[in-house]
Amino acid sequence: MEKAHEIIFAGFGGQGVLSMGQTISYAAMIENKEISWMPSYGPEMRGGTANCIVIVSSSRISSPIISRFDSAIVLNQPSLDKFEHEVKEGGLLIYEESTIINTPKRKDIEVIGIPANEEAQLLGKKQVANMIIVGAFLAKRPIVKIENILVALKKVLPERHHHLIPLNEEALMLGQRLIKEKVVA
Amino acid sequence: MEQEKTTNNEARLMKGNEALAEAAIRADIDAYFGYPITPQSEVLEYFTNEMPKRHGIVLQAESEVAAINMIYGAAGAGGRVMTSSSSPGISLMQEGISYIASAQLPCLIVNVNRGGPGLGTIQPSQGDYFQATKGGGHGDYHLIVLAPSSVQEMADFVFDAIRLAEKYRNPAMILADGALGQMMEKVVLPQEGSLPKVSKPWATVGKPASRKRNIITSLFIEPEKMEVINLGLQEKYKQIQSEVRYEEIALDDADIALVAFGLSARICQKVVDLGREKGIKVGLLRPITLYPFPKSALNKIADKVNFMLVVEMNAGQMVEDVSLAANGKCPVYFKGRMGGMIPSPEEVFAELMSIIEKQSVTQD
Repeated sequence: MEKAHEIIFAGFGGQGVLSMGQTISYAAMIENKEISWMPSYGPEMRGGTANCIVIVSSSRISSPIISRFDSAIVLNQPSLDKFEHEVKEGGLLIYEESTIINTPKRKDIEVIGIPANEEAQLLGKKQVANMIIVGAFLAKRPIVKIENILVALKKVLPERHHHLIPLNEEALMLGQRLIKEKVVA
Repeated sequence: MEQEKTTNNEARLMKGNEALAEAAIRADIDAYFGYPITPQSEVLEYFTNEMPKRHGIVLQAESEVAAINMIYGAAGAGGRVMTSSSSPGISLMQEGISYIASAQLPCLIVNVNRGGPGLGTIQPSQGDYFQATKGGGHGDYHLIVLAPSSVQEMADFVFDAIRLAEKYRNPAMILADGALGQMMEKVVLPQEGSLPKVSKPWATVGKPASRKRNIITSLFIEPEKMEVINLGLQEKYKQIQSEVRYEEIALDDADIALVAFGLSARICQKVVDLGREKGIKVGLLRPITLYPFPKSALNKIADKVNFMLVVEMNAGQMVEDVSLAANGKCPVYFKGRMGGMIPSPEEVFAELMSIIEKQSVTQD
């Protein structure tokens, strides 16, 4: 893994944007890495867009607030419009396909669309779309191990939702598979 | 988030507000009085969940004015007590804080600073630097002020602030900001029971026959007496200067010094990295105690650098203290954002580069 990986997760409130970041943060902590998780907590969270910046690093993290990212993971159009231009050259942009009308334009970064909402419906629970995306992201950038994401889910999900962990695991694996199929195609 | 039941010292992932509250329970506070306000409501929430299961009193007051006066009373009775709020709430507390400073009672006050003035915004700010370090309420007094810049320090400084408050019988403040309260980082919490209670022979806990009455007041109606109280306070503030703390990063060979506290110091660490990558010899001085202020450390650095750049999330407050410390030995520049806006490392770096350019033009 490179020295530090700087990621923005963004979407509507309720899409599980903050918990995507939390899950990766917990997994990184299990692996003894340095992490910071910085949520937007402003008025925009109430019905509008939500985002969090996650930095995973092998050494001390300087600023938890940054404006250029190695990876952007966006789940809606406003977030794509806002963060497409903040990905570093050579970086990665993953977006949820079904909600995006104006697709990303940049050619100097890797852009991947994932039909996570549709795939989650097929799994029977649209709430796991975020874990499909996490699985896909980690297939491209294995900054933490998938098995540690599963441990992390137990921390992030309230106990009343622990019965959903197998479904989340399925979603993670599906995300990984979608990337592998894309690479083959 | 599910609370962990463990009290061991393994690393945990916590929000700054949660780490602060957990540390306070481990510091064995007797009581927390507060009133909710964003961006620090998790503090009261955490205490409300945890204290009934463990130890200590948590009470949601009817207002911040009530909360600070409960602190006044409970501290007078010898309790180890704390309150927390955010900027508008801290403004409401100022009368009580002045009384507590005059009556010389130890307590911990936490300000998770948000953008002002007025009711302002809920976003992070350092706009309360003047209020925190120059007194805040009426009269000649100071708080001991600690400025954390990580979730780890949000926890650690609870112990440090209480220790200093009790040592000097003086209210201590942790001046954080909304980002430090809301962000999650890895934290190793201080051990429970590692801050023993100190004896408080001055406390008003009922008079035994063996001693005279203890009186706690801030009313000394005769000016001759009030001046003696003031002289005593000033003498104490002189002693407190020995508690100054700061962190130096990459300053050994630096010819430019950034000066920043709290979250701004984290942003400046990144600016140091960006500068060093380009071969610019830039370092950072981070005041950890804002009162006492690291005057002589800054004065020494002013001798050897070409200029200083002070970075704050306000219109320029600490920069005045830095300028006084530099005392004309080097130019002191300022970069700030206000009202809940946070300067990005790139933005500060661009400012740094434009100052370097201007300087080289003047030198040519």
